[in-house]
Amino acid sequence: MNNNLLLEASNITKSFSGVPVLENGVLRLRSGSVHALCGGNGAGKSTLLNILMGVLPRDSGSIKIAGQDVHFSSPKDAIEIGISMISQELEPVPELTVAENIFLGREPKKAGFIVDYRRMFEQARGVLDELNIQIAPTVKLASLSIAEMQMVEIAKAISQNARIIIMDEPTSAIGERETELLFEAVHKLKSRGAGIIYVSHRMNELFRIADDYTIMRDGSFVGTGSMGDIDRKYLIDTILGKELQEEFSKFNVPGEREILRVENYTRRGEFKDISLSLKEGEILGIFGLMGSGRSEFLNTLFGINAPHDGEAWVDGVTFTPRGPRDAMDAGMAYVTEDRKGSGLLVGSSIRHNISMASVRKVSKLGLVSSRKEARVARFHVENHQIKSSSIEMEVRHMSGGNQQKVVLAKWLQTDPNILMLDEPTRGIDVGAKREMYRFMSEFSRNGKGVIMTSSEIPEILGMSDRVIVFRKGRLAGELSGSDLNQDNLARLSS
Amino acid sequence: MSQQALAKDKGAEESAKNGGTSRRFSDFMVSYGIIIAFLFICAVLSVVSPYFLSTNNLLNVLRQVSINGVLAIGMTFVILTRGIDLSVGSLMACSSIVAASFAAGSEASFILVPIMMGLMTGLTLGAVNGLLIARFAIPPFVMTLGMLSMARGLTYIYNDGMPISNLDATFRFIGQGVVLGMPVPVLLFLGVFLISWFTLRYTTFGRYVYAVGGNPQAAMVSGINVRRVTFTVYAISGVLCGLAGLMIAARTGAALPQAGVAYELDAIAAVVIGGTSLAGGRGRIVGTLFGVLIIGVLNNGLDLLGVSSFYQQVVKGGIIVLAVMLDRSRLSSN
Repeated sequence: MNNNLLLEASNITKSFSGVPVLENGVLRLRSGSVHALCGGNGAGKSTLLNILMGVLPRDSGSIKIAGQDVHFSSPKDAIEIGISMISQELEPVPELTVAENIFLGREPKKAGFIVDYRRMFEQARGVLDELNIQIAPTVKLASLSIAEMQMVEIAKAISQNARIIIMDEPTSAIGERETELLFEAVHKLKSRGAGIIYVSHRMNELFRIADDYTIMRDGSFVGTGSMGDIDRKYLIDTILGKELQEEFSKFNVPGEREILRVENYTRRGEFKDISLSLKEGEILGIFGLMGSGRSEFLNTLFGINAPHDGEAWVDGVTFTPRGPRDAMDAGMAYVTEDRKGSGLLVGSSIRHNISMASVRKVSKLGLVSSRKEARVARFHVENHQIKSSSIEMEVRHMSGGNQQKVVLAKWLQTDPNILMLDEPTRGIDVGAKREMYRFMSEFSRNGKGVIMTSSEIPEILGMSDRVIVFRKGRLAGELSGSDLNQDNLARLSS
Repeated sequence: MSQQALAKDKGAEESAKNGGTSRRFSDFMVSYGIIIAFLFICAVLSVVSPYFLSTNNLLNVLRQVSINGVLAIGMTFVILTRGIDLSVGSLMACSSIVAASFAAGSEASFILVPIMMGLMTGLTLGAVNGLLIARFAIPPFVMTLGMLSMARGLTYIYNDGMPISNLDATFRFIGQGVVLGMPVPVLLFLGVFLISWFTLRYTTFGRYVYAVGGNPQAAMVSGINVRRVTFTVYAISGVLCGLAGLMIAARTGAALPQAGVAYELDAIAAVVIGGTSLAGGRGRIVGTLFGVLIIGVLNNGLDLLGVSSFYQQVVKGGIIVLAVMLDRSRLSSN
């Protein structure tokens, strides 16, 4: 087995200003395999990957590529030796074409300095075809979806003849169909003998495509082995480092009283004829693929956009919001899908973020009481165990799970009765996910209701009392009780 | 969620990583770096020119900076929301000539009339900026560039391109008077500064300004009326241009239609040197105060040293770039 080891990292250590963040980084990547690198936020995964990519220097330890010791001083060295990374934050040049992006810095040339566009487009076409990607090499990157941009990044990695490809949460921003395309591409890469290091917080994905795993916790290597030998529970427990009870904590009981009713909500081009009701104490799941209109529906329900048709009632009273403020006054809160884009002031403190939607509550005559505001912030930080150095900490320094808790705290501070959560666990680690589940149960227990969308089937099944399924902007069905299972969800949604 | 002691052990690690001494130092520099820079410049100038620290000279500096100071404070509100106001110089000139027309010669109206007319002119033009930017989504750069030209044109039209001089003595008090040993323009500047500082720091409106600049989408979803906040900051900038117009006309005893050309540059420079990010959502009015003071003492110091105003421009430009460079390196080091 040793002879087909593509990459072998042993005993990697790294400290930042005296604080060790990586104490024993170990990773052995076989050629032609997908290797899941698992761990919670702060486990040291990113540090290890950054060291492998040459972004950070290591303090000690060794890295061997195909048996040869290597020392990278910059990502350029790593790319030259055949490592490439497809990260969460893509860095494409939007105004250049797909082909130009793929060959950025290595354009085929005529006469030494003239870019040979014809050859570049042909080569790009070749790489894209090989991956079954239906994107024209001549279109500008700006016109592509995030998923398509990601495919372009993969094509770029392949065109660089990368032998080792690091994928950091590649599916966090893309939909089901694109995920399938991505997995196809991953299989192609495998069959060419490449090794893929795959990081994802989505457990079922790991079990689908990964061959091996390595688990890290608190900056140290914990274990490695073949995915075939372990199950979901073992993986999660090992990542968290303790035996925990259930993955999903569910102890709410739906009542009879209807707190929200929507009939025939329609917004042209987004969704049509959506009707639903939410009872007190209920967690209503909305399941649907990306682009099925579920986020657009929630946006409209929250008053961000106006419906073209349809009616809604909150607690039996007609509800026609002209903006989010009206929805908030009716007792609604909305944790959006895009935490950084529409949830947080990333450059501001925890304190200011938590009070953002309810400044008036800690104010009198337009004057903010910093004391009250700080008390509120401290309450939430303690209550939800938001990891932070102080309430003045800027949220951009926080992990995804803690940021999500800040967004949640912001909305709880508005004292809502109906909490809408759009993909609430996207990009957060398993520990924070569990807290989110617990929280949802607790919230809905007190006569309040939760609407949650998710594209993760286990999560929808584990948490919802009832599920409505969106397909292409239409209501495809409603499932509850024994009908609520994976097969029905998959059948209705696609 | 409360019982769950999840990963409490990791908390220590993370806080150590994020709240380490290096970040405290950089926070300190962000908060006080500008003050240190200011004191440093003052120290150097007081060594090379003994006259620099005299009360007379310091009051002179304050008097000189007060107009730019008032404009820069309005500019701070605008820039905090990711906007820009290029029209401040023209708005100031327009307000000053309108105000002066009610304060000139023997037909001078009661003092409050020119004051109100000046402030209203600035407010109205600023409100037009705000309305078109907030309601019709015209980019602030384009809108206020257009207003820069329009307001200047209106200023010339108003009195056929002629200055208005011979202003009433009561009116001139706004620019030339002294109260308790302090020049009136300086007191006005300090008053505006204190009110703005208080507004940004302690009022809900101040919070909304930061929220809109930090992330307009998140502000909107959180129920903040983004349009109203946007409109209001341009109106604030406008009314402060009106005040600056009163101050400049009163100080010189005449309103010149060509006054205030390129004043927007000094105002923006002060804001930027003061550490407010052009990307919005970050910055402080105290920074702007010191940005204004730094520009002021530099001009004054270089004057005292007999450096030509040509070189002064080079120095000022260099400082702007340096300030932004420091800001950038701070952001990337995080």
